[in-house]
Amino acid sequence: MNSNVRRYPGFGLFSLIFFLYLYLPIAVVVFYSFNANRIVSNWGGFSLHWYTTALSNAALVGAVKTSLFVATIATVLSTIVALMAALVLVRGRNVRFRRVSETIVNLPLLLPEIVVAVAVLILFSEMGLTNGLLKLTIAHTTFCIPFAFLPIRARLQGMDADLEEAARDLYASSWVAFRRVTLPLILPGVFAGAMLAFVISMDDFITSNLLNSGGATTLPVYIFSLIKQGVSPQLNAISTLIMIVSVVLATVAFLLQRRQ
Amino acid sequence: MNQRLRLPSWNVLGLLPAQLIMLLTLIIPVGIIILVSFSTRGPYGGFDYVFTTAPYKQILFNEGWSGELEFNPQYLIVVARTVILSLATTIICLALSFPVAYFISLQKTSAKMLLIYLVTLPFWVSMIVRVYSWIIILGNDGVIAKALRALGITNNIGSLLFTDTAMLIGLVYSYIPLMILPVFASIEKLDPALVEASHDLYGSRLTTLRRVILPLCRPGMVAGAILVFVPCLGAVLEPVLLGGGKTMMMGNLIQLQFGAARNWPLGAAISIVLMCAVMIFLLWRGIHAMRKEGRENGA
Repeated sequence: MNSNVRRYPGFGLFSLIFFLYLYLPIAVVVFYSFNANRIVSNWGGFSLHWYTTALSNAALVGAVKTSLFVATIATVLSTIVALMAALVLVRGRNVRFRRVSETIVNLPLLLPEIVVAVAVLILFSEMGLTNGLLKLTIAHTTFCIPFAFLPIRARLQGMDADLEEAARDLYASSWVAFRRVTLPLILPGVFAGAMLAFVISMDDFITSNLLNSGGATTLPVYIFSLIKQGVSPQLNAISTLIMIVSVVLATVAFLLQRRQ
Repeated sequence: MNQRLRLPSWNVLGLLPAQLIMLLTLIIPVGIIILVSFSTRGPYGGFDYVFTTAPYKQILFNEGWSGELEFNPQYLIVVARTVILSLATTIICLALSFPVAYFISLQKTSAKMLLIYLVTLPFWVSMIVRVYSWIIILGNDGVIAKALRALGITNNIGSLLFTDTAMLIGLVYSYIPLMILPVFASIEKLDPALVEASHDLYGSRLTTLRRVILPLCRPGMVAGAILVFVPCLGAVLEPVLLGGGKTMMMGNLIQLQFGAARNWPLGAAISIVLMCAVMIFLLWRGIHAMRKEGRENGA
């Protein structure tokens, strides 16, 4: 009876409408991707035609490859760098300028992304750097660092420091203590951070679009160019494929987190 | 004891890569942006390092042929639209988030997990795909236009796309998960006994909501507001795809200067204005939080 006091009438219905609002746009895209008609909003019967055209589209496959290449390297680099920084900032003793250092690591989160994009654009143009893939990889590594850093830091803060000290008391070197005790314990955080960095890199539009001159087109930038040409059923099929991959990734991350 | 001598070097080495990357790819380049914003536009795009304040003047004025300055609010309107749309997005997200987060917090653990998963799921789905979906819905021949026609309400609703409203819908849709999560976290921390106590003291549901629940959820709401407001100020995709070329926000105005308009100094100047706006907002929140902390410690 007491829990009744906490309920507010209408919140349930409101939430239902909210979830419809959240998923209706996605459902619309998926629905129209099966449309046989060339004109998106005129239903012409069920067809998988646009999926076969999408999968045999060389420009799309190229963009996916570019995105995967950049995201993989940026994820590995940013996760290693973020892990090192998190170990020092959470575990290190007598760290000077701890607060300032942490702010610097998180800097890409404090600046609007378009400003970060303009910063690297001007930097690369002053350096005379023209390799598109290299430019993208450097920029993505930079803005992925805080996304890898925050979950690792959270996991480290939640971990008992005594375990590490116990290992040290048992004459483990600091490297052995890290590899055998600390790393296995914070691995879920490292994994979560890497996954977040990967998704952020794959999804990035603003920076990749501004740096797009070097001939390296990422998936979101390619999709953007398709949208500019107009709404098409093939675009819906591509979007649906991307959503399937995202949902699988998100579900894996969710289930892994729940097991903890 | 010799450990103490070795530790600082580890501290420095561990932090060095992250600090170096930020210094070289962000801190120094932001310094260069400031330089460019005071530079002269190059004859073929780009810029020359010749000091001028013209880019900042250009934000407010048009320069006539003989050099006289004439007030022109075209860019000021963009700045105002950016701030107003970001504020409106934050307020709408707040209003929508609270009932949903509260409803989720009342569910059993398994249902709660599922609903939170459903809230975060769209966030994993590509941003550009989510914004694109609204083009299909709001377009001239889109889902809403069709539905209204089919219901016989109206034949010509005009274009819903390429308006401020379309941008607002897109912004709310993009950023609302960032609001729900912190609001939900703060509701979860709320002690149910306080709600019951308020009820026992004859507080009506509305009074309890207004005087007990909402004040205690303030920290989560403030955190959510920052998470929504800041990226909104720099939004690019929503204004480009849903606002079209005419109704711009600062994000796509900057992008335009580095792209088709080829006016890097002006783009740099607008970037600096945007960065300052975000910094002032974050500093103001930071000072506010510190003052509050001080008050609570003093009391």
